[in-house]
Amino acid sequence: MSRGRAVLASRVGLIVGSIALLEILCRTGVINPLTLLPPSEMAVAMVNLLASGKVAPDIERTFSTVAIAFALSVVVGIAAGAVLHAIPRLRRALDPLLASYYAVPFFVFYPVLVAFFGLNEMPLVAIGFAAAMVAMAISTLNGLDRVPPVLIKVARMHRLGRLRTLFLVVVPAAAASLMTGMKLALAYAFISIIAGEFILSGKGLGYQIAYAYNSFDNKTMYGLMLFVLLVATAMNSLLHMWEQRLLRRRSRA
Amino acid sequence: MADGLAGTASVPGAASLAAPGSPHASMRGVTRVYPGAAPVHALGPIDLDLARGEFFSVVGPSGCGKSTLIDVQAGLAVPSAGEVTFEGRPVSGKVPDGIGVVFQEDASFPWLTVTDNIAFGLRRAGVDPAEVRRRVEYAVGFMGLRDFARAYPVQLSGGMRQRVCIARTLVLQPRLILLDEPFGALDQQTRLLMGDELLRLWRETRATVLLITHALDEAAMLSDRVGAMSARPGRFVDLLETGWPRERDSSLVAEAGFGAITARLWSHLRAESLKAMGGAPP
Repeated sequence: MSRGRAVLASRVGLIVGSIALLEILCRTGVINPLTLLPPSEMAVAMVNLLASGKVAPDIERTFSTVAIAFALSVVVGIAAGAVLHAIPRLRRALDPLLASYYAVPFFVFYPVLVAFFGLNEMPLVAIGFAAAMVAMAISTLNGLDRVPPVLIKVARMHRLGRLRTLFLVVVPAAAASLMTGMKLALAYAFISIIAGEFILSGKGLGYQIAYAYNSFDNKTMYGLMLFVLLVATAMNSLLHMWEQRLLRRRSRA
Repeated sequence: MADGLAGTASVPGAASLAAPGSPHASMRGVTRVYPGAAPVHALGPIDLDLARGEFFSVVGPSGCGKSTLIDVQAGLAVPSAGEVTFEGRPVSGKVPDGIGVVFQEDASFPWLTVTDNIAFGLRRAGVDPAEVRRRVEYAVGFMGLRDFARAYPVQLSGGMRQRVCIARTLVLQPRLILLDEPFGALDQQTRLLMGDELLRLWRETRATVLLITHALDEAAMLSDRVGAMSARPGRFVDLLETGWPRERDSSLVAEAGFGAITARLWSHLRAESLKAMGGAPP
């Protein structure tokens, strides 16, 4: 068995083993079923919920909010990273602020955001954007810092203009860092929006989980939690695989 | 060698050749000072004429401005004073058509295959796809990369990546090839063999070559003339004609005159390197 397959087998074994252990502990009463449903029941609850279509509007709402926040954070984050890279003085001025950015609890701004945007999904988009954008900007900055200067010289030797240098040399050279930024941005947008819905919103998956929790509806709560967990893992795994593929091809020996 | 890499440049915008007799490329009183709180005088004043089709090498101690010399001649850096020309036209801040540069560092694009790396400049210049294919196929074969045409740089050795970079420059059919220590990262044996390949290329393309190197034997073997540079700010302290025939290869290292050339270069390099290190020659 190759090393890669062995690692994959260990990973799958660990996950399946943990689920099986949890199932046994719940079924044998070691863990109170009122506290935690057996994984098999969570899965059944999730399938039933999805099949019933009851939560479809909430799924749509959450995913559209995440998608808008993610797309905005990628576009603005890349632009912000590029501007900071191009203006070292501005970068030096903002460096301490960037370093302490994630110490800011974005959710406290929710009332202000509601006042600005109204009672719709936009305040949550803003929170997701705020959480994700700086990660994208910092990754862009790191990526641009690591573009070997000799590649820029090659672009100049080929008499490429600024725009062609950017798209044909700089972006591909920084692609691995940009991918890392996108991965982080997606994770931060997803986490902050689900959390925002949980405590602040009247719609969305986060809100439905909170509502089920307050109503002692364990099946709905755990079904939705499993769904969120699976979606988050799947999205991150896809981006991770794409990132690894890029890195494998590009890493210097 | 109309079927190979040489021939009339067909990249759009190719400049016309300078009048016969005039230097192919030249520097007159060129200096380069890096500004700052403590400005660094890196180069010059330098005066240099390169004849068309000449193979000229530059040796000098570390930090004497050899790479700056290449950058200034290529148009990648602007001289602080003096005049740089190529085919009779001034060079300043932009790489003129007809000049190709091979850098010391690995400059292959890791996201492109060997073929796409080599075709990069031709495609950007809008060369006809059939012509791109013809030139790239020739270059891939010529540089011994046929088995790796679809490989990515990460799958190649350092020497092979450097060959990719050389091929990427040569397919543009430059009339002046500037090589900044292209074999610096290679072992001695590979350097000699790459030197043979370089001589073969030089003969086939009939280009003018300016080579920067640390290796005295490389300079002595490859060149028609060798310039020895002083410690920073780099100036030429000796210009030496080797007198080798155009048809030559690495077997020259066994020639009687070879040792005399390297010895003369070493006497300059030793003294200048000691100066660069802050010591005085004994």
